[in-house]
Amino acid sequence: MCLAVPGQIVSIEGNDPLELIGKVSFGGTMRKVNLSCVPEALIGDYVLVHAGMAISIIDASEAELTYQYLKEIDDLATAEDEANEIS
Amino acid sequence: MKYLDEYRNPKLARQLAHGISEITTHNWTIMEVCGGQTHAIVRFGIDSLLPGEITLLHGPGCPVCVTPVELIDKAIEIAVRPKVIFCSFGDMMRVPGTGKDLLSVKAEGADVRMVYSPFDALKMAVDNPDREIVFFAIGFETTAPANAMAVYQAKKRNIKNFSILVSHVLVPPAIEAILSSDNNRVQGFLAAGHVCAVMGYNEYIPIAGKYHVPIVVTGFEPLDILQGIYMVICQLEKGRAEVENQYSRAVKKDGNPQAIGIMNEVFRIIPRKWRGIGEMPKSGLGLKHEYSEYDAESRFGLTGYRVEESSECISGLILRGIKKPFDCEAFGKNCTPERPLGATMVSSEGACAAYYRYRRIAPNQ
Ligand code: SF4
Repeated sequence: MCLAVPGQIVSIEGNDPLELIGKVSFGGTMRKVNLSCVPEALIGDYVLVHAGMAISIIDASEAELTYQYLKEIDDLATAEDEANEIS
Repeated sequence: MKYLDEYRNPKLARQLAHGISEITTHNWTIMEVCGGQTHAIVRFGIDSLLPGEITLLHGPGCPVCVTPVELIDKAIEIAVRPKVIFCSFGDMMRVPGTGKDLLSVKAEGADVRMVYSPFDALKMAVDNPDREIVFFAIGFETTAPANAMAVYQAKKRNIKNFSILVSHVLVPPAIEAILSSDNNRVQGFLAAGHVCAVMGYNEYIPIAGKYHVPIVVTGFEPLDILQGIYMVICQLEKGRAEVENQYSRAVKKDGNPQAIGIMNEVFRIIPRKWRGIGEMPKSGLGLKHEYSEYDAESRFGLTGYRVEESSECISGLILRGIKKPFDCEAFGKNCTPERPLGATMVSSEGACAAYYRYRRIAPNQ
């Protein structure tokens, strides 16, 4: 129910901050999304969309940090595996 | 898709699970609050990757599950009236009221439509000025900004043939109810990432302190959930009880100020009855006085419904993490997703329904 899906903003229309509407691409499928709660969002940004409303802009640098952290675990484990193979 | 696929890598998931076993030295019980997380945990078998010391309990986090039967009866009562177009999210259509569900009254001729967003319903009101459009506004904090915005726009644009049947519930009061109960087993929480994308996580800081439980704001993909569990276990093993944020790509500490602003403009905090749990103070949202003309219950004059819950059903205990679906005698027998007896079987995100779908057979205990 609380699923929110990341999509990329393709265009933004409207001047009234409470009626900002954008076209958002979800892996190629386009939907109209209310962008009033993410007024600082720009074309090209990824937003999390729930019930037709963008509730958050995905922070690319934070996503990168999380992903790096996960990669490190993988690298560590791979190094461990290799060490085991050698010994 | 970007920001989804990279969080589903099975090799990384196994490594992360391995990392969790390395740091786990005691038995720990963790609850995921959100039904979306429950669904992912059972679907991807995340719990089966974890060391035996860790027990995952499934929390009350599905608004479809906890919507009281009375409200579904009211929805049906409105839907069958002439001139009404009743709009609902898909998940709510199959949930039975005392007698029928929305889908069956649709089959009998009522104009019931599935929508993805309250804005679709609002547009329907503009396109059909001679009809009454009623939207079933259910949800947690995640959904409240969209529903609030639709009502705000209706008022601003003077759209009179639109109203909402409100069933909005709030997460922190439910967490407190669980932690303050005498038979609480939960030692750490995964907080619901999308609820926190809207609200931030300041509200959880006093809860973590008061009950001495770690709370980690967590996303919905398998690697998010595993990392959230890792962070909770780290805290538990070190005796810490803090609020941390695994889902930092989407959640800021203070949440989304515009989303909170529109919620506060339209809604106020009220007591609400939760299916399976009962009434809790300050646990839901209702329309503010200034927006009461958009309240479907008063527009259609519906008050004073009361429905008793099935005595066989232990969903109240499941929602609070005291029991699991296999503990219920009725599971898979008298109670199935087609004929659900209680809260946790009615939506695919309910613990009983997720177990029924992905693991019909009880594990060897
Ligand atoms: S299996 Fe059905 S009756 Fe049993 S607890 Fe779950 S919802 Fe209730």
